[in-house]
Amino acid sequence: MSSTTDTRIQPGSTVLWDKGDAAGHDILGTRTFGFWLYMLTDAMVYAAFFAAFGVLAHNAGLNSKSVLAAVFNAQGAYRETIALFASVLAYGYAMVALKKGSRSGVAVGTVVALVLGLVFLGMVSGDMERLFGQGIVPQSNGFLSIVFTLIIYHALHIIVGAIWMLVMLAQMGRDGFTSNVVYRLINLRIFWHFQAVIWVFIFVFVYLQGKVI
Amino acid sequence: MFVHLQGPWNPVWGRLSLQAIPYHNPILVGTFLFAVVIALAAVGAVLYFRAGPYLWREWLTTVDHKKIGVMYCLLGLVMLFRGFADALMIRTQQAIAVGPHSPGYLGALHGYLTPFHIGQVYTAHGLIMVVFAATPLLVGIMNIIVPLQIGARDMAYPYLNALGFWLTAAAAGLVMLSLFVGNFAHGGWYGFLPYFELPYSPGVGVDYWMWAFQLSAVGTTLGSINLIATIVKMRAPGMTWMRMPIFTWASLSTNLIALTSFPVLMVSLALLGLDRYFGTHFYTAGNGGNLMLYNDLFWVWGHPEVYFLILPAFGMMSEIIPTFSEKTLFGYTTMVVASFAIGGVSWGVWLHHFFTMAAEPSVNSFYSVTTMLVGIPTGVKVFNWIFTMYRGRVRFELPMMWAVLALFLLLVGGMSGMMNAFAANDYMWHNGVFVVAHFHMMVLLIAASIFGAVEYWFPKIFGFKLEQRWGKWFFWFMVLGTAWVFVPMFILGFTGMTRRLDYVPYTQWAPYLRVMLVGMAFYVIALVFFFAHLYVSLRDRVKNRVGADPWGTSRNLEWMTHSPVPAYNFAYIPHVHARDEWAWRKENGVASLANESFEDIHMPRNTGVPVLLGALSFVLCFGLIWRIWWLSAASLALVVLVIIVRSFARNTDEVITAKTVAGVEGAVDDALPSAARG
Ligand code: HEM
Ligand SMILES: [Cu+2]
Repeated sequence: MSSTTDTRIQPGSTVLWDKGDAAGHDILGTRTFGFWLYMLTDAMVYAAFFAAFGVLAHNAGLNSKSVLAAVFNAQGAYRETIALFASVLAYGYAMVALKKGSRSGVAVGTVVALVLGLVFLGMVSGDMERLFGQGIVPQSNGFLSIVFTLIIYHALHIIVGAIWMLVMLAQMGRDGFTSNVVYRLINLRIFWHFQAVIWVFIFVFVYLQGKVI
Repeated sequence: MFVHLQGPWNPVWGRLSLQAIPYHNPILVGTFLFAVVIALAAVGAVLYFRAGPYLWREWLTTVDHKKIGVMYCLLGLVMLFRGFADALMIRTQQAIAVGPHSPGYLGALHGYLTPFHIGQVYTAHGLIMVVFAATPLLVGIMNIIVPLQIGARDMAYPYLNALGFWLTAAAAGLVMLSLFVGNFAHGGWYGFLPYFELPYSPGVGVDYWMWAFQLSAVGTTLGSINLIATIVKMRAPGMTWMRMPIFTWASLSTNLIALTSFPVLMVSLALLGLDRYFGTHFYTAGNGGNLMLYNDLFWVWGHPEVYFLILPAFGMMSEIIPTFSEKTLFGYTTMVVASFAIGGVSWGVWLHHFFTMAAEPSVNSFYSVTTMLVGIPTGVKVFNWIFTMYRGRVRFELPMMWAVLALFLLLVGGMSGMMNAFAANDYMWHNGVFVVAHFHMMVLLIAASIFGAVEYWFPKIFGFKLEQRWGKWFFWFMVLGTAWVFVPMFILGFTGMTRRLDYVPYTQWAPYLRVMLVGMAFYVIALVFFFAHLYVSLRDRVKNRVGADPWGTSRNLEWMTHSPVPAYNFAYIPHVHARDEWAWRKENGVASLANESFEDIHMPRNTGVPVLLGALSFVLCFGLIWRIWWLSAASLALVVLVIIVRSFARNTDEVITAKTVAGVEGAVDDALPSAARG
């Protein structure tokens, strides 16, 4: 009856307890790892939405592609894309500044990212208002239900990201680069990039699909 | 913006009115009085013993993974009783309401429950047992044991851990509230579309079901993030992947399932919510809605979910069986692989829940085959346990008895699952009680493992053993009840009885239904023994005090600290050298826990924020259920505000000084007799 592995070590001379360095765990790594896991759950939510999109596009009596082509404005969405991507880029520069330890750099990058994010939101809500004004609403049919749900769910993330940026500006101002602030800035980067990635899918499936294919 | 509602609504109270309180239903009034008595007794006891501040300080605001785990288990236990009461009602109704001449009481034509009422009962039973009993019990035990098994002082995110618990508790609270304010869904626990749409189910029942389910899904997802991060990031030095205890492996696999599948459940419910609140057309019968979308999304979660429940149970069996066979686990590596194979395959089988719904033969065949594939890794596990016992020194103490019972139930449940997996078979008994008997074997297996795990780890957490005499009575009456209820149920399934009947048309079935009622009586007796077990154990707690390793033959890290485990788990984090580290240390004669000098330990500070957020989300969902918009908006705003304010908090940690640690360590006596050997 022997236990399974590595009995070769001499028990007399081995270290049995971890003295000296009690905590030893990498805080930043743990925090960002957890956030990646959260991001995975959000990816699954989007995956389920896109699955629903695929299902509801197959619907008797409705040509989903021509609906998309007739309803959605790809040029406008292109401008939205530029705003969002520029915002991500700006936040990327904020992260470069974080590496250098420059508070003002992070602040400027974040503010620019925030403003561009708000521009994106403004354009999306303008677009929604235009469509709602024309009577094209999520309640029209199952397919439009999912299309609008996708767009609005994404926009909600942008709102959350914007609030998060404000909070980070305040915390950075108060505390500087403490480990709490740094891991939150890094997580915000993961979050913000992810929204841009999702937008690519929305842009392709909702705005481009009708035009191109 | 919101859909037009049938029936009264006003801006202040939403749909809430005095009519919502079911005072004309004697059963619910009785339940209410019972609940009031319990609540008064609890509040009275807290006031009498002046336990309020203690409860707040030590429990409600705690971020200690062990205490959170204990609270999860208590929640699960309470809900288990509620679910059992539901089961009792279903079984009595079906035993009475057989044939056209059967009597009717309390306004029911047959039996004593109206169709609307029994519909709520079985819906609540299913949801409660899966989501509010089994899940909290399993999550609770993982919460307690995983950090101990990997030599960590807490979870990766203690604050998030508390939040996950309080969200789950809030969701359970909603289900309980639906008893006394409004009603519950009555179309089955997994939802039924388009019947659950507003035009066909205009009441609040579906909303209660939907929001409670949704909230618990959020809680479980947060919990899974936490457990995965804990296992990946917080292992003690030397604990390589292949030295991890098998229960920890099972937890990792199961939480990967939860992490990836619960978001799909959230979507399936959220789309229903959009339909019911905004009038969209995801699942409606017209306007381009698609009810199969719901079935697919729901079961894409639903099947992985059943493996989310069973994998930790397998993990518990894998801990108990080696300890009481006095051998190392047979086939550790295959056990790990099998856990992940089960987790992986569980994603590709969901369609077997609706073979009968509009899929082509080729599709059905595909899902038949994938479903049967699950049997391979499961079989590997079964053989591994059997080979672990083979030529071991098997001791049938209570944990082992439960584990062996679980093994038998797994055989019956797994075999009947295989029978379901043949689409051609399933066409004959889908939505029948054969299926119900199948999954009850599975779920009772989980319950048996949980009871075994509680018997096994209880002394670790509380420092004394549960007594064995009443525990054995409890065990045997559970066995009796299970046999008497579910053997007839399998037979009825073969003779074609469908599930969820409020009235049984064939009098030929009556004998079986009565036998099942006898089985329920055995369960009730078992419940009495359970309380006796608990009472005697608590009474004799001083006599039954134990040291660090009460079973004498345990093998893993959790036995390498004192019983009860101190707040900081380990005064020093252990270095790990072998797969069964504790067994290795005992063999090599280095099993002493004594240390001379101690150091300061950093621990997270308690906080009331999680319980506050739980309460706010309870109110938020209550407002949504009754469509009290201002209440929901206000509580949502508060939730956001509380989260932001909390993110500014600076003193979230505290230090346990070396002196305190030395005091605690000096006071314990690890050399107490280990009753197992005596
Ligand atoms: C060997 C593995 C298993 C196989 C082959 C299997 C197969 C099946 C099949 C084919 C069905 C659908 C029957 C029908 O609705 O007509 C089913 C239902 C079900 N199974 Fe299993 N199963 C297995 C393991 C499990 C486990 C481990 C659990 C729970 C922990 C479980 C819980 C359920 C539940 C809850 C349902 C029915 C849900 C409902 O309709 O309310 N099964 N199983
Ligand atoms: Cu299944």
